[in-house]
Amino acid sequence: MVMEIKLKHVSADYRVGPMRSPLILNNVDLQIKTGSLTAVVGHTGSGKSSLLKTMNGLLMPKEGNVYIGPYEINQKINKKELKKIRQVVGMVFQFPESQLFAETVEKDICFGPLNFGVSLSEAKKIASEVIELVGLDQSILSKSPHALSGGQKRRVAIAGILAMKPDILVLDEPGAGLDPEGKKEIMNLILRQNEEFNITTILVTHDMEDLARYMKDVIVMDKGKIVYHDSVRKLFENPKLVSDWNLDFPEARKLQLKIEQEFQIRFPSIALTEEELANSLIEVGLI
Amino acid sequence: MNKLILGRYFHGTSILHHLDPRAKLLAGIYFIFMLFLADHFYSYLLLWGFTFYVMYLSGISFKIYFRGVKPLIWLILFTVTLQILFTSGGHIYFDWGIFTISQFGVINGLYIFSRFVMIILVSTVITLTTKPMELTDAIHYFLRPLAIFKIPVNEISIMLSISLRFIPNLMDETQKIMDAQKARGAEFGEGSIFQQMKALVPIFLPLFSSSLNRAEDLANAMEIRGYQSNKKRSSFRRLKWHWKDTFCLFTLLLLTASVMLIQYFT
Repeated sequence: MVMEIKLKHVSADYRVGPMRSPLILNNVDLQIKTGSLTAVVGHTGSGKSSLLKTMNGLLMPKEGNVYIGPYEINQKINKKELKKIRQVVGMVFQFPESQLFAETVEKDICFGPLNFGVSLSEAKKIASEVIELVGLDQSILSKSPHALSGGQKRRVAIAGILAMKPDILVLDEPGAGLDPEGKKEIMNLILRQNEEFNITTILVTHDMEDLARYMKDVIVMDKGKIVYHDSVRKLFENPKLVSDWNLDFPEARKLQLKIEQEFQIRFPSIALTEEELANSLIEVGLI
Repeated sequence: MNKLILGRYFHGTSILHHLDPRAKLLAGIYFIFMLFLADHFYSYLLLWGFTFYVMYLSGISFKIYFRGVKPLIWLILFTVTLQILFTSGGHIYFDWGIFTISQFGVINGLYIFSRFVMIILVSTVITLTTKPMELTDAIHYFLRPLAIFKIPVNEISIMLSISLRFIPNLMDETQKIMDAQKARGAEFGEGSIFQQMKALVPIFLPLFSSSLNRAEDLANAMEIRGYQSNKKRSSFRRLKWHWKDTFCLFTLLLLTASVMLIQYFT
C-alpha cells in the first residue's frame, strides 16, 4: 500500500500540569517515501522521539498537519480514525520490553491484533507467524515474557508490534541497552522487514556505526527543527555539518580523516565501514 | 495524569517559598483547626480574606488553585446539599416531606462549603510552595519526640521521602507505558466500568514489576553505601528558623485574636 508520510508546518509541545514546555517541534516539514529506510539522529532533547510520536497521534500537532497515506492527523481528528492510524503506524518505544504484561508471550503478541478487531484464532495464527519473523522459536509462545533474556524480550515486544501488520514501522532506539550481538540481530530483523515487506521504516539511533552500516537516508534534528534530510554518505562527506550538529563520525571515517591529515592526501571516496576503508586504502596505494 | 495539582511543587521566589517548612506546616494545621472553631459570618469573611491573601503572596495564578479544587467539587457539593436539606431551624424557605430548606441549613451549608474549599486551598498553597523533601524534613522534626515511645521515626521519614521522591518517576513511567499500549490499540476510559478496569491491567502490571525492581535496586544501593536506620544521621538539608518564620506564626495569632473578638462581640 502507498503510505507516504508527510508533515506540513508541524509544531508541537508538551503540557506538564498547567505549564507548557517550549516548542519541542518547531515548524517541521518532512516527506518520507513508501518503503524507505530513514534514520533520525540528533542531540538529546532535539525532538527525535516527539517527531516519531506525532506520526501516530500520540503527540498531537499544535499547528500544522501530519499526513499518513490517506489519513490526516490534526487537532480535530476523531477517535476512530486515530485508531486506524495507530494500526497503520506501528510504534516501537525505547526499551519496549517494559510494556510486556501478559502471562504468556502468545497472549502479549495477540494484544495488539485483538485491539484492532482481529479474531482470537486469527490473532494466534499471526502470533506464530511473527515469532518466526523475529527469529524466535515457536516454543517461546507458551512461556512467560518475564522468563526470557533481555534480547528475547526485546524481540517479543517488536513481534507484538509487527503482529498489528503495520505499513509503517517507527522505532525509538531499538538497539539500546543490548549486547553487540543482540543489537546486530535486532537491526538485521528490522532491515529484513523493510526489504521483504516494503515496510516504511523510521528509526531513532545514537549509534553512528549503525547509521553508517545499515541506513540510507538520515534526518538530523536540532532544537526541534529538521536541519538535514538526505543520504547518510553526503552527511559524512561534510565534516563541518557533522561538528555543527554535535554528531560524530563512524570509526572508519574517523581513521580516514586522520590519515588524510597525517599524510596530506585526499581519498577519492569516503569510507563508512571497515571494508570500504580497506578498499580506499588500496585505492590510494597505502597498502 | 497531568491534572493533579495537590502535592506538586512549583518553583518560585515568593516569601512563602522561603519560609521554613516547619512554620508552614504548623501554620497550615493551625489554620485548619481555626476553620473548625469559627462559626460566625464575619469570621469566615476574614478567613476567606486571609486565604486569598496567602494565595496572592505565593505568586501562583489563582486559576491553578481552583483547578486543584475542581476534582473534589462534587464531593463538596454533595455534603453541602445534605447539610442544607437536613438542618432545621430559623426561617423556613421551603418544606417538602423530610426535606426542608431553612435559614440555619443554608448558613451551615455555606460554612461547610467554605471550610472544605479553604482547607484545599491552604494545603495547596503549602504543597505548591514547599519542596516535598522539605516537607518530609519538617514532618520528621515534629515526629522526633515520638522516638521515646519506640516509634521508628527515622524509618518513617525515610519511607516518606523515598515515596515522595519517586512520584515523578512513577508518573513519567505511567505515561510511557500508557503511550506504548495506546500505540498497540488500547483505549482507556471507554466502555463499561468492567472494560475500563480491564484496560488498566496492561498498565499496572508493567508498572508494578518495574517498581518492585527499582525498590530492590534502591535497597541494594542503600545497603552498599552502608545505610543503617539505627545510626544517627547528619542531614544535607538543614532547617533554619528565621525571624520571618516567627512573624508568620505571629500573624496567625493575630488572626486568631481577630476571629475571637468577632465571635465575642457580635
